[in-house]
Amino acid sequence: MNKRRVVITGIGVITPIGNNVQEFWEGLISGRNGAGPITKFDTTNFVTKFACEVKNFDASIYIDKKEMKRMDIYTHYALAAAAMALEDSQLDLSKINLELAGVVFGSGIGGIQTFEDQHTQFMQGGPKRISPFFVPMMIPDIAAGQISIKYGLKGPNYSTVSACATSSHAIADAFILIQRGSADIMFSGGSEYPITPMSVGGFNSARALSTWNDRMMEASRPFDKDRNGFVMGEGGGLVVLEELEHALNRGAKIYAEIVGVGLTGDAYHITAPPPGGEGAVRSMKEALRDAGVDPTVVDYINAHGTSTELNDLNETIAIKSVFGDHAYKLAVSSTKSMTGHLLGAAGAVEAVATALAIKNSIVPPTINLDEPGEGLDLNYTPKVAVKKEINYAISNTFGFGGHNASILFKKFEE
Amino acid sequence: MDVEAKVKEIIIDKLGVEESQIKPEASFTNDLGADSLDIVELVMGFESAFNISIPDEDAEKISTVGDAIKYLKEKLGQ
Repeated sequence: MNKRRVVITGIGVITPIGNNVQEFWEGLISGRNGAGPITKFDTTNFVTKFACEVKNFDASIYIDKKEMKRMDIYTHYALAAAAMALEDSQLDLSKINLELAGVVFGSGIGGIQTFEDQHTQFMQGGPKRISPFFVPMMIPDIAAGQISIKYGLKGPNYSTVSACATSSHAIADAFILIQRGSADIMFSGGSEYPITPMSVGGFNSARALSTWNDRMMEASRPFDKDRNGFVMGEGGGLVVLEELEHALNRGAKIYAEIVGVGLTGDAYHITAPPPGGEGAVRSMKEALRDAGVDPTVVDYINAHGTSTELNDLNETIAIKSVFGDHAYKLAVSSTKSMTGHLLGAAGAVEAVATALAIKNSIVPPTINLDEPGEGLDLNYTPKVAVKKEINYAISNTFGFGGHNASILFKKFEE
Repeated sequence: MDVEAKVKEIIIDKLGVEESQIKPEASFTNDLGADSLDIVELVMGFESAFNISIPDEDAEKISTVGDAIKYLKEKLGQ
Protein backbone atom coordinates (compact mmCIF):
# COMPACT_ATOMS: atom_id res chain seq x y z
CA MET A 1 0.00 0.00 0.00
CA ASN A 2 1.27 3.43 -0.85
CA LYS A 3 1.87 5.74 2.10
CA ARG A 4 -0.39 8.75 2.40
CA ARG A 5 1.46 11.94 1.50
CA VAL A 6 1.68 14.91 3.85
CA VAL A 7 1.99 18.55 2.79
CA ILE A 8 2.29 21.90 4.57
CA THR A 9 -0.71 24.09 3.81
CA GLY A 10 -0.49 26.80 6.47
CA ILE A 11 2.25 28.46 8.51
CA GLY A 12 2.37 30.92 11.41
CA VAL A 13 5.28 32.30 13.45
CA ILE A 14 6.11 34.70 16.25
CA THR A 15 9.88 35.27 16.32
CA PRO A 16 12.53 37.75 17.46
CA ILE A 17 12.89 38.91 13.85
CA GLY A 18 9.23 39.12 12.88
CA ASN A 19 5.76 38.63 14.34
CA ASN A 20 4.23 37.10 11.24
CA VAL A 21 5.39 34.99 8.32
CA GLN A 22 6.05 37.87 5.94
CA GLU A 23 8.13 39.87 8.44
CA PHE A 24 9.97 36.69 9.44
CA TRP A 25 10.85 35.74 5.87
CA GLU A 26 11.91 39.29 4.96
CA GLY A 27 14.06 39.23 8.09
CA LEU A 28 15.63 35.90 7.20
CA ILE A 29 16.64 36.84 3.68
CA SER A 30 17.86 40.30 4.64
CA GLY A 31 19.94 38.98 7.55
CA ARG A 32 17.96 40.73 10.31
CA ASN A 33 19.55 40.41 13.73
CA GLY A 34 17.17 39.61 16.61
CA ALA A 35 19.61 40.23 19.48
CA GLY A 36 19.40 42.99 22.07
CA PRO A 37 19.58 43.66 25.82
CA ILE A 38 17.19 41.60 27.95
CA THR A 39 14.24 43.83 28.88
CA LYS A 40 12.11 41.26 30.70
CA PHE A 41 13.95 41.36 34.03
CA ASP A 42 16.81 43.06 35.82
CA THR A 43 20.00 41.39 34.60
CA THR A 44 22.35 43.12 37.07
CA ASN A 45 23.66 39.92 38.66
CA PHE A 46 23.47 37.77 35.53
CA VAL A 47 26.47 36.68 33.50
CA THR A 48 24.50 37.03 30.23
CA LYS A 49 22.51 40.26 29.79
CA PHE A 50 21.18 39.86 26.26
CA ALA A 51 18.94 37.61 24.21
CA CYS A 52 16.77 37.59 21.09
CA GLU A 53 13.44 38.85 22.42
CA VAL A 54 10.15 39.04 20.56
CA LYS A 55 9.32 42.72 19.97
CA ASN A 56 5.96 44.55 20.18
CA PHE A 57 3.86 41.42 20.52
CA ASP A 58 0.20 42.10 21.36
CA ALA A 59 -1.48 38.89 22.50
CA SER A 60 -4.88 40.59 22.74
CA ILE A 61 -5.12 40.49 18.94
CA TYR A 62 -5.44 36.73 19.22
CA ILE A 63 -6.78 35.98 22.70
CA ASP A 64 -9.62 37.25 24.88
CA LYS A 65 -8.23 39.45 27.69
CA LYS A 66 -9.71 37.30 30.45
CA GLU A 67 -8.26 34.15 28.92
CA MET A 68 -4.85 35.79 28.48
CA LYS A 69 -4.39 36.07 32.24
CA ARG A 70 -4.91 32.33 32.60
CA MET A 71 -2.11 31.46 30.23
CA ASP A 72 1.66 31.61 30.35
CA ILE A 73 3.13 33.67 27.54
CA TYR A 74 4.41 30.52 25.85
CA THR A 75 0.73 29.71 25.26
CA HIS A 76 0.09 33.24 23.93
CA TYR A 77 2.75 32.57 21.30
CA ALA A 78 1.18 29.19 20.53
CA LEU A 79 -2.30 30.62 19.99
CA ALA A 80 -0.94 33.50 17.91
CA ALA A 81 0.95 31.11 15.65
CA ALA A 82 -2.12 28.87 15.39
CA ALA A 83 -4.40 31.76 14.43
CA MET A 84 -2.00 32.91 11.73
CA ALA A 85 -1.45 29.41 10.36
CA LEU A 86 -5.18 28.66 10.27
CA GLU A 87 -5.89 31.88 8.40
CA ASP A 88 -3.03 31.17 6.03
CA SER A 89 -4.32 27.65 5.33
CA GLN A 90 -7.79 29.01 4.42
CA LEU A 91 -9.28 25.90 6.04
CA ASP A 92 -12.99 26.19 6.68
CA LEU A 93 -13.40 24.42 10.03
CA SER A 94 -17.13 24.02 9.43
CA LYS A 95 -16.42 21.89 6.38
CA ILE A 96 -13.87 19.42 7.73
CA ASN A 97 -14.15 16.35 9.95
CA LEU A 98 -12.89 17.81 13.23
CA GLU A 99 -12.38 14.32 14.68
CA LEU A 100 -9.65 13.83 12.08
CA ALA A 101 -8.00 17.19 12.85
CA GLY A 102 -5.56 17.19 15.75
CA VAL A 103 -2.76 19.01 17.51
CA VAL A 104 0.75 17.91 18.44
CA PHE A 105 2.43 20.99 19.82
CA GLY A 106 5.31 21.11 22.27
CA SER A 107 7.33 23.31 24.54
CA GLY A 108 10.76 22.47 25.87
CA ILE A 109 10.28 24.08 29.26
CA GLY A 110 6.63 25.14 29.43
CA GLY A 111 5.49 27.92 31.73
CA ILE A 112 8.66 28.60 33.68
CA GLN A 113 7.77 32.28 34.20
CA THR A 114 4.49 31.15 35.75
CA PHE A 115 6.41 28.71 37.94
CA GLU A 116 8.72 31.49 39.13
CA ASP A 117 5.85 33.92 39.80
CA GLN A 118 3.84 31.36 41.73
CA HIS A 119 6.85 30.18 43.69
CA THR A 120 7.33 33.77 44.81
CA GLN A 121 3.66 33.85 45.93
CA PHE A 122 4.25 30.62 47.83
CA MET A 123 7.39 31.90 49.54
CA GLN A 124 5.61 35.11 50.56
CA GLY A 125 2.25 33.73 51.62
CA GLY A 126 2.43 29.97 51.91
CA PRO A 127 0.63 27.28 49.92
CA LYS A 128 -2.78 28.97 50.14
CA ARG A 129 -1.47 31.77 47.93
CA ILE A 130 -0.78 29.45 44.98
CA SER A 131 -3.19 30.24 42.13
CA PRO A 132 -5.65 27.56 41.03
CA PHE A 133 -4.44 28.35 37.52
CA PHE A 134 -0.82 27.63 38.38
CA VAL A 135 -0.77 24.03 37.17
CA PRO A 136 -2.83 24.47 34.00
CA MET A 137 -0.75 27.54 33.08
CA MET A 138 2.61 25.94 33.69
CA ILE A 139 2.40 22.46 32.19
CA PRO A 140 4.09 22.17 28.79
CA ASP A 141 1.19 20.37 27.12
CA ILE A 142 -1.41 23.05 27.79
CA ALA A 143 -0.75 24.94 24.55
CA ALA A 144 -1.81 21.83 22.60
CA GLY A 145 -4.95 21.68 24.71
CA GLN A 146 -5.69 25.40 24.31
CA ILE A 147 -5.33 25.26 20.51
CA SER A 148 -7.78 22.34 20.35
CA ILE A 149 -10.26 24.10 22.65
CA LYS A 150 -10.16 27.28 20.59
CA TYR A 151 -10.80 25.58 17.26
CA GLY A 152 -12.68 22.42 18.29
CA LEU A 153 -10.00 20.09 16.95
CA LYS A 154 -10.92 16.65 18.28
CA GLY A 155 -8.27 14.42 16.73
CA PRO A 156 -5.00 13.30 18.37
CA ASN A 157 -3.94 15.87 20.95
CA TYR A 158 -0.74 15.99 22.94
CA SER A 159 2.61 17.63 23.46
CA THR A 160 6.14 16.43 22.83
CA VAL A 161 9.07 17.35 25.10
CA SER A 162 12.64 16.81 23.94
CA ALA A 163 14.42 20.07 24.83
CA CYS A 164 15.67 21.79 21.67
CA ALA A 165 14.26 19.03 19.43
CA THR A 166 10.74 19.37 20.90
CA SER A 167 8.86 20.84 17.99
CA SER A 168 10.64 18.74 15.37
CA HIS A 169 9.39 15.71 17.28
CA ALA A 170 5.93 17.29 17.28
CA ILE A 171 6.04 17.72 13.50
CA ALA A 172 7.44 14.21 13.06
CA ASP A 173 4.61 12.72 15.11
CA ALA A 174 2.00 14.77 13.26
CA PHE A 175 3.47 13.59 9.95
CA ILE A 176 3.32 9.96 11.05
CA LEU A 177 -0.25 10.32 12.36
CA ILE A 178 -1.44 11.64 9.00
CA GLN A 179 0.60 9.12 7.05
CA ARG A 180 -0.96 6.20 8.94
CA GLY A 181 -4.49 7.59 8.71
CA SER A 182 -5.07 8.66 12.31
CA ALA A 183 -5.75 12.21 11.13
CA ASP A 184 -6.15 14.22 7.92
CA ILE A 185 -5.02 17.55 9.36
CA MET A 186 -2.59 18.30 12.17
CA PHE A 187 -1.68 21.60 13.79
CA SER A 188 1.90 21.07 14.81
CA GLY A 189 4.89 22.94 16.15
CA GLY A 190 6.05 24.48 19.39
CA SER A 191 6.50 27.62 21.43
CA GLU A 192 8.76 28.83 24.21
CA TYR A 193 9.00 31.69 26.70
CA PRO A 194 12.38 30.99 28.28
CA ILE A 195 13.89 34.43 28.84
CA THR A 196 13.27 34.37 32.60
CA PRO A 197 15.64 34.70 35.56
CA MET A 198 15.74 31.00 36.45
CA SER A 199 16.07 29.87 32.86
CA VAL A 200 18.80 32.34 31.85
CA GLY A 201 20.57 31.74 35.17
CA GLY A 202 20.36 27.98 34.72
CA PHE A 203 21.68 27.99 31.16
CA ASN A 204 24.45 30.33 32.33
CA SER A 205 25.39 27.90 35.08
CA ALA A 206 25.54 25.14 32.47
CA ARG A 207 27.93 27.40 30.50
CA ALA A 208 25.67 27.10 27.45
CA LEU A 209 25.01 30.78 26.70
CA SER A 210 27.23 33.32 24.98
CA THR A 211 28.48 35.94 27.42
CA TRP A 212 29.48 38.55 24.83
CA ASN A 213 27.57 41.39 26.50
CA ASP A 214 29.78 43.99 24.85
CA ARG A 215 29.37 42.38 21.42
CA MET A 216 25.81 41.07 21.71
CA MET A 217 24.89 41.75 18.08
CA GLU A 218 27.75 39.46 16.98
CA ALA A 219 27.25 36.80 19.66
CA SER A 220 25.12 34.31 17.72
CA ARG A 221 27.76 33.21 15.21
CA PRO A 222 27.25 29.56 14.28
CA PHE A 223 30.27 27.78 12.80
CA ASP A 224 32.55 30.81 13.41
CA LYS A 225 35.93 30.27 15.05
CA ASP A 226 34.98 32.66 17.87
CA ARG A 227 31.59 31.10 18.63
CA ASN A 228 31.14 30.89 22.38
CA GLY A 229 27.68 29.67 23.24
CA PHE A 230 24.11 30.11 22.07
CA VAL A 231 21.93 33.21 22.32
CA MET A 232 18.52 32.54 23.80
CA GLY A 233 15.46 33.32 21.70
CA GLU A 234 11.72 33.02 22.25
CA GLY A 235 8.54 32.69 20.22
CA GLY A 236 6.55 30.03 18.46
CA GLY A 237 5.85 28.36 15.16
CA LEU A 238 3.00 26.28 13.83
CA VAL A 239 2.56 24.38 10.59
CA VAL A 240 -0.73 23.02 9.33
CA LEU A 241 0.05 19.56 7.96
CA GLU A 242 -2.51 18.02 5.67
CA GLU A 243 -3.00 14.78 3.79
CA LEU A 244 -2.30 15.49 0.12
CA GLU A 245 -5.67 14.48 -1.37
CA HIS A 246 -7.48 16.46 1.33
CA ALA A 247 -5.41 19.51 0.44
CA LEU A 248 -5.84 19.11 -3.31
CA ASN A 249 -9.59 18.57 -3.01
CA ARG A 250 -10.04 21.97 -1.43
CA GLY A 251 -7.53 23.70 -3.69
CA ALA A 252 -5.12 24.54 -0.87
CA LYS A 253 -1.83 26.29 -1.51
CA ILE A 254 1.07 23.99 -0.70
CA TYR A 255 4.40 25.21 0.69
CA ALA A 256 6.27 21.92 0.62
CA GLU A 257 5.89 18.22 1.26
CA ILE A 258 7.33 16.35 4.22
CA VAL A 259 8.75 13.08 2.93
CA GLY A 260 10.77 11.60 5.78
CA VAL A 261 11.68 11.86 9.43
CA GLY A 262 14.69 10.49 11.29
CA LEU A 263 14.51 10.20 15.08
CA THR A 264 17.43 8.85 17.11
CA GLY A 265 18.94 8.88 20.60
CA ASP A 266 22.60 9.47 21.42
CA ALA A 267 22.60 7.27 24.55
CA TYR A 268 25.71 9.18 25.52
CA HIS A 269 25.53 12.29 27.76
CA ILE A 270 22.89 14.64 29.19
CA THR A 271 24.15 17.75 27.37
CA ALA A 272 27.13 16.90 25.13
CA PRO A 273 26.88 15.32 21.68
CA PRO A 274 28.83 12.10 21.09
CA PRO A 275 32.08 12.23 19.12
CA GLY A 276 31.44 12.68 15.40
CA GLY A 277 27.80 13.54 16.03
CA GLU A 278 27.03 9.85 15.78
CA GLY A 279 23.37 10.30 16.74
CA ALA A 280 22.95 13.11 14.20
CA VAL A 281 24.51 10.92 11.49
CA ARG A 282 21.87 8.30 12.11
CA SER A 283 18.97 10.79 12.31
CA MET A 284 19.84 12.30 8.92
CA LYS A 285 20.38 8.84 7.37
CA GLU A 286 17.10 7.64 8.80
CA ALA A 287 15.20 10.61 7.32
CA LEU A 288 16.67 9.80 3.90
CA ARG A 289 15.88 6.10 4.29
CA ASP A 290 12.32 6.91 5.40
CA ALA A 291 11.81 8.89 2.20
CA GLY A 292 13.64 6.34 0.07
CA VAL A 293 15.99 8.88 -1.47
CA ASP A 294 19.71 9.13 -2.07
CA PRO A 295 21.76 11.66 -0.03
CA THR A 296 22.79 13.43 -3.23
CA VAL A 297 19.25 14.80 -3.75
CA VAL A 298 19.59 17.14 -0.76
CA ASP A 299 20.26 20.78 -1.70
CA TYR A 300 19.97 22.53 1.66
CA ILE A 301 20.39 21.76 5.36
CA ASN A 302 18.85 24.11 7.90
CA ALA A 303 21.36 23.19 10.59
CA HIS A 304 20.80 22.96 14.31
CA GLY A 305 23.83 25.31 14.31
CA THR A 306 23.58 26.66 17.85
CA SER A 307 26.84 28.65 17.91
CA THR A 308 28.25 26.39 20.62
CA GLU A 309 31.70 24.86 20.30
CA LEU A 310 30.53 21.25 20.40
CA ASN A 311 27.32 21.36 18.35
CA ASP A 312 28.70 23.14 15.34
CA LEU A 313 31.80 20.95 15.13
CA ASN A 314 29.94 17.68 15.58
CA GLU A 315 27.07 18.62 13.28
CA THR A 316 29.61 19.46 10.57
CA ILE A 317 31.37 16.12 11.02
CA ALA A 318 27.98 14.37 10.94
CA ILE A 319 26.96 16.08 7.69
CA LYS A 320 30.24 15.02 6.11
CA SER A 321 29.73 11.42 7.30
CA VAL A 322 26.26 11.25 5.78
CA PHE A 323 26.86 13.10 2.53
CA GLY A 324 30.51 12.47 1.69
CA ASP A 325 31.62 14.63 -1.25
CA HIS A 326 28.08 15.90 -1.70
CA ALA A 327 28.44 17.69 1.69
CA TYR A 328 30.52 20.32 -0.12
CA LYS A 329 27.90 20.81 -2.85
CA LEU A 330 24.86 21.43 -0.70
CA ALA A 331 24.11 24.66 1.14
CA VAL A 332 24.07 24.75 4.94
CA SER A 333 22.90 27.63 7.11
CA SER A 334 21.88 28.34 10.67
CA THR A 335 18.98 30.74 10.98
CA LYS A 336 19.73 30.82 14.73
CA SER A 337 22.36 33.41 13.80
CA MET A 338 19.39 35.76 13.35
CA THR A 339 16.60 34.42 15.58
CA GLY A 340 18.69 33.13 18.44
CA HIS A 341 17.88 29.68 19.80
CA LEU A 342 14.16 29.27 20.44
CA LEU A 343 14.76 25.98 22.31
CA GLY A 344 11.55 23.93 22.07
CA ALA A 345 10.18 26.24 19.38
CA ALA A 346 13.32 26.05 17.23
CA GLY A 347 12.22 23.04 15.18
CA ALA A 348 8.89 24.61 14.25
CA VAL A 349 10.29 28.01 13.34
CA GLU A 350 13.07 26.35 11.36
CA ALA A 351 10.58 24.06 9.61
CA VAL A 352 8.82 27.23 8.45
CA ALA A 353 12.16 28.72 7.37
CA THR A 354 13.01 25.54 5.45
CA ALA A 355 9.62 25.33 3.73
CA LEU A 356 9.88 28.99 2.70
CA ALA A 357 13.44 28.45 1.45
CA ILE A 358 12.16 25.67 -0.80
CA LYS A 359 9.11 27.63 -1.95
CA ASN A 360 11.12 30.78 -2.74
CA SER A 361 14.35 29.09 -3.94
CA ILE A 362 16.42 31.16 -1.50
CA VAL A 363 18.82 29.92 1.19
CA PRO A 364 18.72 32.21 4.26
CA PRO A 365 22.20 33.15 5.50
CA THR A 366 24.29 32.45 8.57
CA ILE A 367 24.96 36.01 9.69
CA ASN A 368 27.97 36.92 11.87
CA LEU A 369 30.04 34.15 10.29
CA ASP A 370 33.38 35.92 9.74
CA GLU A 371 35.80 33.01 9.72
CA PRO A 372 34.78 29.36 10.12
CA GLY A 373 36.36 27.45 13.00
CA GLU A 374 38.95 24.75 12.53
CA GLY A 375 37.58 21.77 10.63
CA LEU A 376 34.45 23.66 9.65
CA ASP A 377 34.74 23.70 5.87
CA LEU A 378 31.21 23.39 4.50
CA ASN A 379 29.30 26.05 2.59
CA TYR A 380 27.52 27.72 5.52
CA THR A 381 26.00 30.53 3.42
CA PRO A 382 27.84 33.28 5.31
CA LYS A 383 26.36 36.78 5.71
CA VAL A 384 24.01 36.97 2.74
CA ALA A 385 21.12 34.90 1.37
CA VAL A 386 21.77 32.90 -1.78
CA LYS A 387 19.41 32.13 -4.66
CA LYS A 388 19.29 28.38 -5.16
CA GLU A 389 16.83 25.84 -6.48
CA ILE A 390 16.01 23.54 -3.56
CA ASN A 391 14.34 20.23 -4.28
CA TYR A 392 15.05 18.53 -0.97
CA ALA A 393 16.04 20.09 2.36
CA ILE A 394 16.72 18.74 5.84
CA SER A 395 16.02 20.54 9.09
CA ASN A 396 18.10 19.24 12.02
CA THR A 397 17.39 19.69 15.71
CA PHE A 398 19.19 18.08 18.62
CA GLY A 399 18.16 18.34 22.27
CA PHE A 400 19.72 18.01 25.72
CA GLY A 401 19.24 14.38 26.65
CA GLY A 402 20.58 13.22 23.31
CA HIS A 403 17.33 13.56 21.31
CA ASN A 404 17.93 13.98 17.57
CA ALA A 405 15.31 14.78 14.94
CA SER A 406 15.90 15.34 11.24
CA ILE A 407 13.00 16.21 8.98
CA LEU A 408 13.23 15.90 5.20
CA PHE A 409 11.21 18.37 3.15
CA LYS A 410 10.63 18.26 -0.61
CA LYS A 411 9.52 20.81 -3.16
CA PHE A 412 5.90 19.97 -3.92
CA GLU A 413 5.13 18.25 -7.19
CA GLU A 414 1.97 16.31 -7.90
CA MET B 1 -13.40 49.83 53.90
CA ASP B 2 -16.24 49.83 51.38
CA VAL B 3 -16.82 46.08 51.10
CA GLU B 4 -19.16 46.33 48.14
CA ALA B 5 -16.83 48.44 46.05
CA LYS B 6 -13.87 46.19 46.83
CA VAL B 7 -15.81 43.03 46.01
CA LYS B 8 -16.88 44.52 42.67
CA GLU B 9 -13.31 45.47 41.89
CA ILE B 10 -12.08 41.94 42.60
CA ILE B 11 -14.83 40.35 40.51
CA ILE B 12 -14.08 42.62 37.57
CA ASP B 13 -10.38 41.83 37.83
CA LYS B 14 -10.67 38.07 38.27
CA LEU B 15 -13.60 37.31 35.97
CA GLY B 16 -13.03 39.96 33.34
CA VAL B 17 -16.68 41.09 33.40
CA GLU B 18 -18.24 44.55 33.00
CA GLU B 19 -19.35 46.47 36.07
CA SER B 20 -22.91 46.59 34.73
CA GLN B 21 -23.13 42.78 34.93
CA ILE B 22 -22.41 42.76 38.65
CA LYS B 23 -25.81 42.70 40.33
CA PRO B 24 -26.51 41.24 43.79
CA GLU B 25 -28.47 38.32 42.33
CA ALA B 26 -25.83 37.53 39.66
CA SER B 27 -24.53 33.98 39.99
CA PHE B 28 -20.79 33.62 39.51
CA THR B 29 -21.12 30.44 37.48
CA ASN B 30 -24.41 30.98 35.62
CA ASP B 31 -24.27 34.71 34.95
CA LEU B 32 -20.62 35.73 35.17
CA GLY B 33 -19.04 32.80 33.36
CA ALA B 34 -16.88 31.50 36.21
CA ASP B 35 -15.68 27.90 36.32
CA SER B 36 -14.54 26.03 39.44
CA LEU B 37 -10.99 27.38 39.17
CA ASP B 38 -12.27 30.94 38.80
CA ILE B 39 -14.28 30.54 42.03
CA VAL B 40 -11.15 29.41 43.89
CA GLU B 41 -9.25 32.40 42.59
CA LEU B 42 -12.10 34.74 43.47
CA VAL B 43 -12.18 33.48 47.05
CA MET B 44 -8.40 33.85 47.26
CA GLY B 45 -8.83 37.42 46.05
CA PHE B 46 -11.32 38.11 48.87
CA GLU B 47 -9.00 36.51 51.44
CA SER B 48 -6.08 38.59 50.32
CA ALA B 49 -7.99 41.90 50.00
CA PHE B 50 -9.67 41.65 53.40
CA ASN B 51 -6.84 39.79 55.12
CA ILE B 52 -9.10 36.96 56.26
CA SER B 53 -9.30 33.22 55.85
CA ILE B 54 -12.38 31.69 54.19
CA PRO B 55 -12.82 27.96 54.92
CA ASP B 56 -13.89 25.76 51.98
CA GLU B 57 -17.23 24.94 53.65
CA ASP B 58 -18.03 28.67 53.72
CA ALA B 59 -16.77 29.26 50.18
CA GLU B 60 -19.10 26.56 48.85
CA LYS B 61 -22.11 28.60 50.03
CA ILE B 62 -21.05 31.76 48.19
CA SER B 63 -22.69 31.51 44.76
CA THR B 64 -23.88 35.05 43.99
CA VAL B 65 -22.45 38.53 44.27
CA GLY B 66 -24.95 39.23 47.08
CA ASP B 67 -23.83 36.09 48.96
CA ALA B 68 -20.25 37.26 48.83
CA ILE B 69 -20.98 40.77 50.07
CA LYS B 70 -23.23 39.48 52.89
CA TYR B 71 -20.69 36.89 53.96
CA LEU B 72 -17.77 39.28 53.94
CA LYS B 73 -19.65 41.99 55.84
CA GLU B 74 -20.58 39.50 58.55
CA LYS B 75 -17.06 38.14 58.67
CA LEU B 76 -15.66 41.64 59.04
CA GLY B 77 -18.25 42.51 61.71
CA GLN B 78 -19.94 45.19 59.65
